[in-house]
Amino acid sequence: MTDVSQSPSAAAAPAITIRGVTQRFGDAGSSQSVLALDNVSLEVARGEFVCLLGPSGCGKSTLLNIVGGLIRPSQGEVTVSGRRVDGAPRPDEIAFVFQESTLFPWYTVIENFRIALKFQRVPKAEWDDRAMAALRAVGMAGFSGHYPNQLSVGMRQRVNMARGICVKTGILLMDEPFAALDEQTRMVLGEDLSILLAETGKTIVFVTHSLAEAVFLSDRIVVMTARPGSIKTIIDVGEPHPRSPDFMLEPRFGELRNELYALLRDEIRKTMASQRDPAAARGGA
Amino acid sequence: MKSENAAQRIIQFAFIALAGGAWYWATAAGKISPLFLPRPESVWNAFNRLLTLGQFWPPVRITLLTIAQAYAIAALCGILAGYLVTRSKFATEAVEPIIAGLFTIPITLFFPMFILFFGIGTGSKIAYGAVYGFFPIALSAIAGLGHVDERYLRAAQTMGASRLETFRHVLLPYAFPVILTGLRIGFFICFASVLGGETLSSVSGVGRNIALAAELMEPARMYAWIAFVILTAVSLNMLVTALENHAARRAGRS
Repeated sequence: MTDVSQSPSAAAAPAITIRGVTQRFGDAGSSQSVLALDNVSLEVARGEFVCLLGPSGCGKSTLLNIVGGLIRPSQGEVTVSGRRVDGAPRPDEIAFVFQESTLFPWYTVIENFRIALKFQRVPKAEWDDRAMAALRAVGMAGFSGHYPNQLSVGMRQRVNMARGICVKTGILLMDEPFAALDEQTRMVLGEDLSILLAETGKTIVFVTHSLAEAVFLSDRIVVMTARPGSIKTIIDVGEPHPRSPDFMLEPRFGELRNELYALLRDEIRKTMASQRDPAAARGGA
Repeated sequence: MKSENAAQRIIQFAFIALAGGAWYWATAAGKISPLFLPRPESVWNAFNRLLTLGQFWPPVRITLLTIAQAYAIAALCGILAGYLVTRSKFATEAVEPIIAGLFTIPITLFFPMFILFFGIGTGSKIAYGAVYGFFPIALSAIAGLGHVDERYLRAAQTMGASRLETFRHVLLPYAFPVILTGLRIGFFICFASVLGGETLSSVSGVGRNIALAAELMEPARMYAWIAFVILTAVSLNMLVTALENHAARRAGRS
């Protein structure tokens, strides 16, 4: 493992380094205490697309929030571009796309972009160019003057995704951005995303429940165990971006998908068992 | 829906016509002493006299300026207090009942103290109106700013918004429809407090002129002033309603 703290400017340094992150909610002794993450370590290279896949409640979103600085981990540390993330967001490096659209309903689409770029201290002269480029990339350029609730859920999430992409950050954290969408829309947005990523070269960590989404989008898939979440295994997809929809028809796609399902099935069963008997799940290991 | 709306308008206009007609009829028939209620035309003449003698605009200017200053202080302090209190759930739960409790005190009782501290000039009326108007605005600001959707705050935080930017672009627009209700109530309380304060103890302003006309047994002049105040209040109310509808339409988009 490279020691990033000594050479933060080195190009070879990983974008994100997660070292021994453990997250416990509630006091360790209390019966309400939940161990969400147990000793997770992971490196994400620059420009890499990594999916976090696992059963519900395995701590995927928690891990994402720790990387983004929204939660300070109980133990362990996260460094982003060589600097330690210490429970404070890093808007210069990291952008978030959340599951629900966080477009401000009191601003039009274009105003939402301007405000995001203003918050990020991007010079005013660049606002509209950047915004329109991002909107064109997701096919929403014609809707810049609309208010978010004049758009369908799918359109809103496209704009939301475009807003995350248009800002200057090198890292994009996406927490189930397609979860609220129907399957066809997810597929199309997934293709859009794959193309966009190949262009922007951003580092992406993407939380999902969908096996197909994970295989289609990722360079690497991190399969997590049932709570307390830890890394079960990491699968390399090894297919260059941008990916065409034809990739889904290749035998390799199906094989990977089945492999993931086999890996996850046990974990999902464990989660369901612990839901039937909560005492066994409490406190974790 | 449309015909219902028209019917409601007819009732409203009928009410105004009926009130005017009753005034005309009662005074014309000599059923009421002109000392209590003068005839409409003598009120109109009194109003014209005020205008031609140049006695109308100076007090109006003073009163409107006093209201504007009192209201500006009430609105700024009320929203600022609401913002500061809602920064923590603990403070919100501790302070909100105190402000709500203070609002139930008839602050009129302390009016002599305002005169004592701020003098008989406009200062005391500004302070009195500002204190009275502060409470509803602060309460609505607490209600509005205390319940802003976490999603938007988190999004602004991850985008690097400063505190001021978060307030200006997230908190305030989100809470505005709720705050607007308080701003409206606060405005009319300010309006009434300043005029009331002027009638009680003052050297100038519309309220002072109403009290003076009453003391000098000039009911026509007094009613001319009162009619002016009523017209001002009605038009301001219409303006505020239009503003509210505009804000509600914007909020309805969310």
